[in-house]
Amino acid sequence: MNIERLVRMANDIGNFFKAEPDHAVAVDSVALHLKRFWDPRMRKEIVAYVDGGGAELMDLVREAVLKLR
Amino acid sequence: MNLEPTTDYGTPKRVSEMLVTLEIDGVEVCVAEGTSVMAAAVDAGVRVPKLCATDSLEAFGSCRLCLVEIEGRKGYPASCTTTVAPGMKVRTQTPKLADLRRGVMELYISDHPLDCLTCSANGNCELQDMAGVVGLREVRYGYEGENHLKAEKDNSNPYFSFDPSKCIVCSRCVRACEETQGTFALTIDGRGFASMVAASENQPFMESECVSCGACVQACPTATLMEKSVIDMGQADHSVTTTCAYCGVGCSFRAEMKGSEVVRMVPNKEGKANRGHSCVKGRFAFGYATHPDRIKTPMIRNKITDPWREVSWDEAINHAASEFRRIQAKYGRGSVGGITSSRCTNEETYLIQKLVRAAFGNNNVDTCARVCHSPTGYGLKTTLGESAGTQDFDSVMKSDVIMVIGANPTDGHPVFASRMKRRLREGAKLIIADPRTIDMVRTPHVEASYHLQLRPGTNVALINSIAHVIVTEGLVKDGFVAARCDVKEFAKWRAFISESRNSPEEMEKITGVPADRVRGAARLYATGGNAAIYYGLGVTEHSQGSTMVMGIANIAMATGNIGHEGVGVNPLRGQNNVQGSCDMGSFPHELPGYRHVSDDKTRAQFEQVWGVKLDNEPGLRIPNMFDASIDGSFKGLYIQGEDIAQSDPDTQHVTHALEGLECMVVQDIFLNETAKFAHVFLPGSSFLEKNGTFTNAERRISRVRKVMPPLAGKEDWEVTAALSNALGYPMDYKHPSEIMDEIAALTPTFTGVSYDKIDELESIQWPCNDEAPEGTPVMHVEEFVRGKGRFVVTEYIPTDERTTGKYPLILTTGRILSQYNVGAQTRRTANNMWHDEDRLEIHPHDAEQRGVKDDDWVGVISRAGDTVMRAKITERMQPGVVYTTFHFPESGANVITTDNSDWATNCPEYKVTAVQVSLVSQPSTWQKHFREFTETQLDLLPQHETSKA
Repeated sequence: MNIERLVRMANDIGNFFKAEPDHAVAVDSVALHLKRFWDPRMRKEIVAYVDGGGAELMDLVREAVLKLR
Repeated sequence: MNLEPTTDYGTPKRVSEMLVTLEIDGVEVCVAEGTSVMAAAVDAGVRVPKLCATDSLEAFGSCRLCLVEIEGRKGYPASCTTTVAPGMKVRTQTPKLADLRRGVMELYISDHPLDCLTCSANGNCELQDMAGVVGLREVRYGYEGENHLKAEKDNSNPYFSFDPSKCIVCSRCVRACEETQGTFALTIDGRGFASMVAASENQPFMESECVSCGACVQACPTATLMEKSVIDMGQADHSVTTTCAYCGVGCSFRAEMKGSEVVRMVPNKEGKANRGHSCVKGRFAFGYATHPDRIKTPMIRNKITDPWREVSWDEAINHAASEFRRIQAKYGRGSVGGITSSRCTNEETYLIQKLVRAAFGNNNVDTCARVCHSPTGYGLKTTLGESAGTQDFDSVMKSDVIMVIGANPTDGHPVFASRMKRRLREGAKLIIADPRTIDMVRTPHVEASYHLQLRPGTNVALINSIAHVIVTEGLVKDGFVAARCDVKEFAKWRAFISESRNSPEEMEKITGVPADRVRGAARLYATGGNAAIYYGLGVTEHSQGSTMVMGIANIAMATGNIGHEGVGVNPLRGQNNVQGSCDMGSFPHELPGYRHVSDDKTRAQFEQVWGVKLDNEPGLRIPNMFDASIDGSFKGLYIQGEDIAQSDPDTQHVTHALEGLECMVVQDIFLNETAKFAHVFLPGSSFLEKNGTFTNAERRISRVRKVMPPLAGKEDWEVTAALSNALGYPMDYKHPSEIMDEIAALTPTFTGVSYDKIDELESIQWPCNDEAPEGTPVMHVEEFVRGKGRFVVTEYIPTDERTTGKYPLILTTGRILSQYNVGAQTRRTANNMWHDEDRLEIHPHDAEQRGVKDDDWVGVISRAGDTVMRAKITERMQPGVVYTTFHFPESGANVITTDNSDWATNCPEYKVTAVQVSLVSQPSTWQKHFREFTETQLDLLPQHETSKA
């Protein structure tokens, strides 16, 4: 799937949860959102993207994606 | 005048705990205080003659036919305008009264044509009935004097005629236009004998302010205002009560029938959603159901460049099934999916998601709510615990403050708008948050206290600034929050929202709304009494759609405006069954009843009843399906009743995705834009041709009843069941009631729902179960569904879609009264007389800068694409913002919209697209291609000559 689009969608999710003052909660919230709403093939691709460096992802999202492995 | 099977009490019902006992014609009767003598008489089994009275309208007292005698009172008071009093003794039949009534009738008939035998109201005329009741035997005044018998007929409206020669000037039509509809388009022009009903400034109806809701036609006691269908076909011989297939109000109608032909649709007085009212779509625009464009035979083809081949149902369904199985064998279990539609019944959508989950073996099912109210589902579930509006429509009559955000009720939900306007005329205050000056900002006898004319895309900034005022000015209902909400989350939210960056003064730089207006509106909302919020797609179709829904829930909880009548958070659903299609498990992550597919306990219940193992991972959403198709991992799609090629954003991306499918099965009543990319066409049935239920915006489940046989031979649910059987997963339902029984067995909020129960109660608002056996008009009364209400921090994040020098204007989109969404239905009716093309609305300043005049062809270009439409210059727009509707495929409104979407749900950001507008002299490249493609596809139809016509 179009990885640029997936990155944009993931960062949009991160932008919402970054308002959470507790960083750990924010990371878990992003990870849970991806787990609950993204089809496995989308998650697989974003995990692969992070494995490749994940340059365009927000730090918060990168952390969250690592939890999906 | 209509074939009303229910009793007409003559005056509206009064509700009071105080009862009054009186005697009418010797019969003792006990009624609510405030009841008219006329209505009380009905309870006593007495029908007082009447002409100007009907129980949908307040008493008027003009016809002088309902005179009665009351012991101890002088004269002959009108029973409609006289209220009951304790111990009152009324006589409705005396020689004097009979004489007076005959005299009155003589006067009426002396100026009324005696063409009863050829009159369209023959057999259904209150004047004719009353002549019989009063025993009229002669007209002493003759017909030689001055009269109106040669008054000219107005046939300008496509659906009804106005024949002033038959008018008795009872003012029922004028009052219906005022009281029921709230448009005030009709009046009595002239005085005395010259008095005549007039539309606007004595104009033909089509040129007047009339919105063709039909309330006047329904109220007319004669043939003065009469449906043209009745004039053509005669009176109906029976009627069937069913539910409208247009917007989310879900009006109840009686389809008046002659055999299997619909003569007319009459709004059902007993209908709890519409209370006897209707709009131009529901009442009149049903002709599409028998339009020549209907496709009545299944068709298949290998490639979209091949001609369609008509085949039997069996061949079409077996071909579709074998294709889906072939694709799954080649590309994997997750390579196929389905899309349900909010235009279809609960039972149909339930079956499709069941087919996808049980027969396809994955969760790749989604619904068109993806592109409208999916953020409502997410936002309200997160904050309140249930993905649904909190109130019934009646609740608005208890509101003191009504806030309308991103909705245009007079166009999108006209019947509910009329209720709302009625309450506003009674004194409720109105706050509107909308980039456009919608009609409700200022309409007869209604004016918004505040119009917060924000810039598109800044909703969250606005709601945060309203919340800031509520919190920092001490307007929070602390007791409610402490008792009902999660106080830890509230504290977090309170700290966030109190920050000065969320103040109206700071947010004004973003929203463009003057801070003092925001402060005034916030104070009114928080302190004005019962305050209710009604919102539409102007809230949800944004990159922060879900955030905004949660922002709305935040202020409702903070002010205690939730959990009782008159308040609440109320999404106005775009289509008839948006709520229902979501309830039925149409989303790829949720089983029916909004339970996540990963929940083992829930899945086990379904697995036991369905007899298959279910996938515990979420499937693809509609935009993900497009991306997966382009990627090559998604190859087969079953779509029922949805037209994604027209309705979804970034058209060229959508059509590119559709071209990548190896098998697309479209089930629809017309060859819609999507079907032009299909390989199998399964002819659908209109709402008139099937049984089922719709669930409207207030969670009201209403029956859809078959009034005519399916034109293609099958109801839609039968087709889905046949496809499932062909796929090897058995579905053996004999009637949709059995599907509802299965839904009830598996869905906690539906356990008390059955067809028998709906028939008994007229309709049911879910949750309907042991705790609420007759349904739930208002939710979250004692506690929130999730337990404690959850405040959510709603940081404003600007959309990525920004204006630049190249794209300096913001385009936003919406609907118009006479057309409905993709227009497949309404474009095939006379509603085109009101709106036959999509126009670009532009502010005079922006138009002048570009040398654009009214009706000029203008190019509209965005980062996604470009199209051409005609300009309409209007001050309804604010400078810098342009607007269009999206009802006509050739307009290409969604060629321009982008693939930006809501962060939580992927609901497209239809409401914010940066564009440039300029004068042009020819259609866009896309439009030229669209025309060629459409012509080619129509040529590929077996009966292409008919379809082209």
